[in-house]
Amino acid sequence: MTSETPLLALEGVSKRYGGLRAVSDLHLVVHRGELRCLIGPNGAGKSTVFKLIMGFERVSSGKIMFDGAGIDSWPTWRRARQGLSIKMQIPGIYPELSVHDNMRVAAQYHVGGGQIEASIDRLLARVGLGGMGGVLAKNLSHGQQQWLEIGMALSVNPKLLLLDEPTAGMGPGETEATARLVESLNADGVTIMVIEHDMTFVRQIARKITVMNLGRLFAEGTITEIEANQAVTDIYLGRT
Amino acid sequence: MRRGASLLTAENVAFVVFLAYLLVYPSTTDEFSIGNTAYFMAISLMALSLALIWGKAGILSFGQTAFFGIGGYVYGIYTLNVLGSGATWIGILVGVLAGGIVAATLGYFMFYGGVNDVFVGLTTLALTLVLQTFMAQTAGPEWAVGEARLNGYNGMYVPQISIGDAALYGKPLYFLYLAILIGVYLLLRWLSGSRWGYGLVALQENRTRTETFGYNVRFMQVQVFCLAGCIAALSGVLYASWGSYIDPSSMGLTAAITPVIYVAIGGRRSLTAAMISSMILLQLSQSLASSAPEYALVIFGVLALLAVLFVPEGFMAALFSAIDRALFKRSRPDRGVGTGDVTPGTPRVS
Repeated sequence: MTSETPLLALEGVSKRYGGLRAVSDLHLVVHRGELRCLIGPNGAGKSTVFKLIMGFERVSSGKIMFDGAGIDSWPTWRRARQGLSIKMQIPGIYPELSVHDNMRVAAQYHVGGGQIEASIDRLLARVGLGGMGGVLAKNLSHGQQQWLEIGMALSVNPKLLLLDEPTAGMGPGETEATARLVESLNADGVTIMVIEHDMTFVRQIARKITVMNLGRLFAEGTITEIEANQAVTDIYLGRT
Repeated sequence: MRRGASLLTAENVAFVVFLAYLLVYPSTTDEFSIGNTAYFMAISLMALSLALIWGKAGILSFGQTAFFGIGGYVYGIYTLNVLGSGATWIGILVGVLAGGIVAATLGYFMFYGGVNDVFVGLTTLALTLVLQTFMAQTAGPEWAVGEARLNGYNGMYVPQISIGDAALYGKPLYFLYLAILIGVYLLLRWLSGSRWGYGLVALQENRTRTETFGYNVRFMQVQVFCLAGCIAALSGVLYASWGSYIDPSSMGLTAAITPVIYVAIGGRRSLTAAMISSMILLQLSQSLASSAPEYALVIFGVLALLAVLFVPEGFMAALFSAIDRALFKRSRPDRGVGTGDVTPGTPRVS
């Protein structure tokens, strides 16, 4: 694969639920090393896009290319082994398992047996949960559960990390810490797509922003361009 | 298991004591009790089968009884038709494979067809009852496979496991059953701590999430269903050869629910608790059957109800946890380190 080949390309992707078009003829390209924010009002189809990329839902039409391969027909587990990883909107941790075992479950298929403990310790420290491996995941605070899930998503050594509202329910301090974490991950070379409503967070991390509305790509650009775009303001205020 | 985890746990100690007791027991008792305990060990394999499929993988199956019956009947049919030295040993393998193949086939259609949770329980219960109903009407002479007459509720004669022409009984049979029970138990303990075992626990909690980490969840469900089916079939083989007999009641509603109750009372998530408690409850069941048969089912029903309502992890498993905390001062992840003890950290930017 050449470095110019997009890591992810959605080519005319649509998703219909009966008469409802959740995603409509979406064209989206993400290159290696990008930190892309996906924003839009509620019901714009952002989370559906993530579900289509991960294979939770199948596309009604169009094509999804990842790392040069068509992955439309692949089951989720195969996409994960290919390097796709997600932090879900609703925390997708295992509440009845310890923090350590959550990480181990996530890492097993992607880290060699000899390195797994070192990898878990390193990632737990990175997401601020160092020394908490023995804590039952359900006993963590909401913010810590979000960080644990980011740690789990990182355990698979992802080529593309999808973060669906990583700061949902977090206080300002936790949001700030999460923003720094996401930026540092990207600086380390992890390609990241983030769905987020918190514009302070988006402003801090985003290099490029894609705006969706009513299942379609509405606008794309830098944070400055998007904030200056009156049409984007209008859709957030429900004027279109 | 976390790196450096201690082997000194109540569960491990209980297993060692249990094993030591079973090893010396034959030298302290009579022939009848030895044979009786061998029967308990054969049935306890069913408990291990359920602890695997229900406790580890979260799939409540009433089909283990069907695989138990398939194992017993197929072993009988094979050994009645194939004579010669070693036939019964090959028969054990054939019986186990038959149970495993049926389980894998049913599992494939269920799990790849998207059947999960309570619907697996209903489907497997239906399989059990269909098999019982079918076998119940096989009393006529036309229902025979070669030399093997199925005989409906009159029951089918089943040859005993033998070496050469000599059937195994007494202590040799006892120690064979003990070796099989402990072998299966150790295999399942090893699998539980493996990558596959961790995956099972994870898919029990959240199938979709587990798939996002690269686990082929449906295939794993079929694998564990097949393995549990093999163990249940092995239980059926040992049961049928122990008594030289099997009939359709071994696949009835009561037979399907009883092991579920044993495992629920003992602790479905602990292989050790499931195995030991089923041995104890089988002994209790037999004692009640002779002294107060009218109360036996009521007592087990009440115990199961109490377990479900107040000790969902099972009485013996709860006892293990309590001993771990009291004696071994183990810091358990689910106790003592709850909300409030956690010092919030901050993600590190490297």
